[in-house]
Amino acid sequence: MNAAYEKLLGGRSGALGLLVMAVLLLVVFPLTMDMFRLNLVGKYLSYAFVAVGLVLCWGYGGILSLGQGVFFGLGGYCMAMFLKLEASDPISTKIQSTPGIPDFMDWNQITALPAMWEPFHSFAFTILAVLVVPTALAMLIGLAMFKRRVGDVYFSIVTQAIAAILSILIIGQQGLTGGVNGITDLKTLMGWDIRTDHAKLVLYFVNAGLLFGCILFGRYVLGSKLGRLLVAMRDKEERVRFSGYDVASFKVFVFCAAAMFSAIGGAMFTLQVGFMSPSFVGIVPSIEMVIFAAVGGRMSLLGAVYGTLLVNFGKTYFSETFPELWLFLMGGLFIAVVMYFPNGLAGLWQTQGKRLMDKLRGQSKPVAPVAAEAAKPVSRASTPEPKRDGIEPGATLEASK
Amino acid sequence: MSENAIGFESDAHPVLAIEDLTVSFDGFKAVDKLNLYVQRNEVRVVIGPNGAGKTTVLDLICGKTRATSGSIKFNNHELTKMSEHAIVRVGVGRKFQTPSIYENLSVFENLEMSFPRGRKVFGALTFKRSPDVVARVEAVAAEIFLDQQLHTQADLLSHGQKQWLEIGMLLMQEPELLMLDEPVAGMSVSEREKTAELLGRISQGRSVVVIEHDMDFVKSIAHKVTVLHQGKILAEGSMEKVQSDPKVIDVYLGH
Repeated sequence: MNAAYEKLLGGRSGALGLLVMAVLLLVVFPLTMDMFRLNLVGKYLSYAFVAVGLVLCWGYGGILSLGQGVFFGLGGYCMAMFLKLEASDPISTKIQSTPGIPDFMDWNQITALPAMWEPFHSFAFTILAVLVVPTALAMLIGLAMFKRRVGDVYFSIVTQAIAAILSILIIGQQGLTGGVNGITDLKTLMGWDIRTDHAKLVLYFVNAGLLFGCILFGRYVLGSKLGRLLVAMRDKEERVRFSGYDVASFKVFVFCAAAMFSAIGGAMFTLQVGFMSPSFVGIVPSIEMVIFAAVGGRMSLLGAVYGTLLVNFGKTYFSETFPELWLFLMGGLFIAVVMYFPNGLAGLWQTQGKRLMDKLRGQSKPVAPVAAEAAKPVSRASTPEPKRDGIEPGATLEASK
Repeated sequence: MSENAIGFESDAHPVLAIEDLTVSFDGFKAVDKLNLYVQRNEVRVVIGPNGAGKTTVLDLICGKTRATSGSIKFNNHELTKMSEHAIVRVGVGRKFQTPSIYENLSVFENLEMSFPRGRKVFGALTFKRSPDVVARVEAVAAEIFLDQQLHTQADLLSHGQKQWLEIGMLLMQEPELLMLDEPVAGMSVSEREKTAELLGRISQGRSVVVIEHDMDFVKSIAHKVTVLHQGKILAEGSMEKVQSDPKVIDVYLGH
């Protein structure tokens, strides 16, 4: 129990950060926002899955994927296919020339349901597909790239190319995928109308719960030896390799984990927003997701969530007020983060926020905050560990908003 | 085996047997038909001028560079066909020329990272710092003179201590063959002496191959010296014999 507390919650400060976020997402937002706004936050939180995955694979693993939209999209499409089939029962589609198939297929003169759609009649299969299809693709890409030691910027370029390829493929196969419009007009999940306010509220909480699950899993990974190996690999790959580790297999693992997180986010996006389209698959959304993680702090799982929320609130506000300026603002924000706050909001909180908190408390503590941190036994086992540069998995971020 | 080693038994089964090893980079033969045999309990020092192929030989043994032809046999394993991590797992440890340690981890964690358990993905996820791991780390730390710095962050160590730490990380793997590329570079005189003593101790029960330029240090540790020149062996034997060899004096020691 105690070990789980230390490992998953990251000790006292980690648990506190998690608690603050839980109160914010599960109590403050639902109480203060109307359903429209809350649904919007739910949509943002579905992007946060991608950002949390990027903290693992980019922040800690050093693998910058510019194609996370691929996995977000695949997860979303798998879910959308199930919902679309349910919405396309023969009665409600009786005006089509072929009733019982999705409307866009009918518009494309398709007369029978394509074989790849068949299994999506089953909800169990759909859940499995959401989890397995994107992860399997990530594994394939990972094995092909990392076993051949393709890394750094080359890997980023390849992932970006894959994002472009997949979005072009989806748009091109109109009869199979709904083309550029995507899969729209989704109504019910096993008979339960997902368009009602009540359903949106339930889905919001399910989404938030799953997000916390991913954060906890991320903490477990980063707290294990595998987490230390990731950082070691990022800084001294050769040394890790010549210590008897198959470096590629660890990279594949963390890339797959990030892909699976993204896929869960994609599926939850579809459920909450009611459609899925190629505009969430391509290069632009993939890069936007990297910006979420960068702004929040690529070394902080919680920071990534705050970053996602903040950038998206900003996007909604500014794109309503100054639509032409938004893209420049977003670009500027990214450059500013990279140049001045490489660890994002979480890094800012680590260096500035804690100092501020100490000031607010009055100078009751004679020691500097960093020294106090170092003196406190923080380790998981019997031995104390030094404070590292960068942000610990247990980093708190409670006041960064 | 044309020549018998001095000071220890030389049986028909050397731990490491390199035969006809050649590697060519775009036609340039960095190592050219090299034959080298290392016995158990032996400390072998490889010397030679810059560009002689010393580091390349270590790279070939540990799999960092692939041989063009020839064979490297280590306890019946043909290393030229194995991946780097597999070579480590059969018992070959290699220290790099510049200290290669994890600077933002503590000495303890650096050593723990090399503990030969939890080397696969799921093993690493479930790896626990059990008492035997702690005991082993403490034993190795004492061996490399770092038992007082166990919880110091590694980038705060002196250059010499970093060199020892990397040797310690290799010892954690209990290798049968230890390869050290310039282990005393940048060390003070007293650190050199301690390193010589350390090498004497850790060569018990294993073989050590060292690349070194410091002749006094070589004298103090070597059982046998191999002089490389342009990818070929120029001379091999005891330090005295090699030092008095006119060819060696001409290409290397004389300058």
